[in-house]
Amino acid sequence: MSPTDPLAPAAAPDDSVLLAARGIRKSFGDNEVLRSIDLEVRRGEVVVLIGPSGSGKTTVLRSLNGLETPDAGTIDFAGGPVVDFAAPVPKAQRFALRDRSAMVFQQHNLFPHMTVIENVIEGPVRVQRVPKAQAVAEASALLDRVGLAEKRDAYPFELSGGQQQRVGIVRALALKPQLLLFDEPTSALDPELVGEVLQVIKELADEGWTMVVVTHELSFARQAADEVLFMDGGVVVERGEPGTIFTKPTHERTRRFLDRILRPLD
Amino acid sequence: MSGWQLFLDSFWPIVWGGVSGTIPLALASFAIGLVLALGTALMRLSKNRVVSGIARFYISVIRGTPLLVQLFVIFYGLPSVGLVIDPWPSAIIAFSLNVGGYGAEVIRAAILSVPKGQWEAGYTIGMSHATTLRRVILPQAARVSVPPLSNTFISLVKDTSLASLILVTELFRVSQEIAAFSQEFMLLYLEAALIYWLFCLVLSSGQGVLEKRLDRYVAH
Repeated sequence: MSPTDPLAPAAAPDDSVLLAARGIRKSFGDNEVLRSIDLEVRRGEVVVLIGPSGSGKTTVLRSLNGLETPDAGTIDFAGGPVVDFAAPVPKAQRFALRDRSAMVFQQHNLFPHMTVIENVIEGPVRVQRVPKAQAVAEASALLDRVGLAEKRDAYPFELSGGQQQRVGIVRALALKPQLLLFDEPTSALDPELVGEVLQVIKELADEGWTMVVVTHELSFARQAADEVLFMDGGVVVERGEPGTIFTKPTHERTRRFLDRILRPLD
Repeated sequence: MSGWQLFLDSFWPIVWGGVSGTIPLALASFAIGLVLALGTALMRLSKNRVVSGIARFYISVIRGTPLLVQLFVIFYGLPSVGLVIDPWPSAIIAFSLNVGGYGAEVIRAAILSVPKGQWEAGYTIGMSHATTLRRVILPQAARVSVPPLSNTFISLVKDTSLASLILVTELFRVSQEIAAFSQEFMLLYLEAALIYWLFCLVLSSGQGVLEKRLDRYVAH
């Protein structure tokens, strides 16, 4: 792939640590959803979180960009302050986390009152103060690259679910974040639309984007992940390369989860 | 003079009372009232208990007391504590406060109707709370609040007839004066009713146009 591919990340990955989260804890009322989670993401790495519903995967992801505020733990994002959740986190630190990452949601959360191109340039123009002409040019190149060039002036409701989600991905890419967060990006899609979205995410992984992906698509995890974390009951039960986790899981809980997903009728 | 002739002769003077009195009174009060309503709605949604408490109290007083009484307190009551306000400003103050109270609840509900994911999408593209509110939430809330706010406006247009009781020359007061002079009460009051109705028909069609425009991004 050429270095001028609009899908390529701004900086080439160099395998150094981009983000380290340590001892992340979170309770909602009496319900302890995260019990001391550690997570390290290197530049260019694809980390996939799998696990049953309610295992805390999404909460981990949302802690990484400050949508959830953990009760304890630290997040060390390269180039920024170490955010310590033991004390109230200053607004500036929460924004520092947000500004370094971008998120793709399960329910795309596109802005319904803006056209596709307006959705994509909103962050660059309003927040990052990129000149509008430049933002439009970059957004158009990205949309073209994911096959949505003709949809640039459509409203989100005029698109299929797969197209909406691809716009959601482009909106995230347009911010040129250091880290991409995917929160079950295909769970709300009709089965026949899952492929086109996973394809784009896989391409981004191949281009060297750093990403943390929460998903139930084990085939995606197997093909794209550098590291897979299996979570259950608010803890990381097992972590490792996809080849190892999927073929010889060491924990009984991992084995049962994989069995249920891969052989639901047995 | 025949009844028909009186009807024709008084038609334009009454319409003029509407155009020079009722409409500007309603427009000015609605504009100011909407600003108050938005501010009050945001205060009501504040996590700060004192701030939301003030908004709650204001809404409660406005909704819990008759508009006519509010009007009389401002125009006839305040002078006894040394505050004399002319008829027009008195009317505008009373009607604006009224729209502010009722509109606040409409706008609050509209803001709450926008899915939480929209706030989160704003945050994750780096927007502050205020920017997300302005760029993402309020445009969507506006669409939802057009029908109920149109209702508020149409009610307001009719409620401005109360201003005739504090000496503001508007549609109803003009018809009252002609009625008193000609002693044709039935004719003149029905004529006033007809002209209010015509005004409101125009407003309703305006609401339709506005709704259509704001609905362009919604699936049908």
